Amino acid sequence: MTEQESRQERPGVVRTGAGLLNRNFGRILVFVYGVLALSATGRAVVQIATKFDKAPLQYSLSAFAAIVYILATWALGTSRKAMAVAVVTVEFFAVLVIGATNSRSVDLDRQTVWTDFGHSYGYVPLLLPFVVVWWLWFNRERN
Amino acid sequence: MGLTWAIVGALCAIAFVVVLVQMVRDVPASNLVDGLLALIELGLVVQLVVGLVKLGDAPADLSKPTWIGYLVGSLLILPAAWIWSMAERSRSGLGVLLVGLAVVPFLFLRLHQVWVG
Repeated sequence: MTEQESRQERPGVVRTGAGLLNRNFGRILVFVYGVLALSATGRAVVQIATKFDKAPLQYSLSAFAAIVYILATWALGTSRKAMAVAVVTVEFFAVLVIGATNSRSVDLDRQTVWTDFGHSYGYVPLLLPFVVVWWLWFNRERN
Repeated sequence: MGLTWAIVGALCAIAFVVVLVQMVRDVPASNLVDGLLALIELGLVVQLVVGLVKLGDAPADLSKPTWIGYLVGSLLILPAAWIWSMAERSRSGLGVLLVGLAVVPFLFLRLHQVWVG
């Protein structure tokens, strides 16, 4: 009996992993968010602990980015859909606004993960919200 | 440091290809993969030691916290990827390892940028 047939035999039963944001492709996505959470946190901690007075606004934004990535990792990792939608929406607008206003032409000391739309992270920060939206859509409840 | 990066970078490339092949063939991570990951992690410990020793003749404008942050942070990537991939021994689990193996050489680039300023 193939997997397909066994699914059809139990129509009321949700197939394993369906709708779970942290399974299959979601597992990779959670890890990517985790890596960004780690880098954003590291950057924010170093900036705030060693030279906060130099650029308070940018370093506060770094801390904000770190919190966003930690929350997104947690929301996706524990399959909290509403939370994931909320956090990723914030992330999307943050990367656009900060990407447009905080350019890498300013010195390295004043950058955040979102500088130039995440240029120094291979534009992954700009790409991720779209990937998450696709993943949420892919995992939407089906009747 | 250059030698460490060359060797560990090459190991990452080899491991990346091995994991990719297993992903395509849909075979769960093998002992070979685990061995390569352990070897790379060992190389990253060497990198940490060399990096700390190098601090002695660091450029004046080097951000030491950033430098040490990257050295220590790079040690976390592969164990985290390994643990996270073990929970789902599937193609996606292997995909997690692929991401981890791509991140490590990227950190070498970052370390280099931090050093030269």
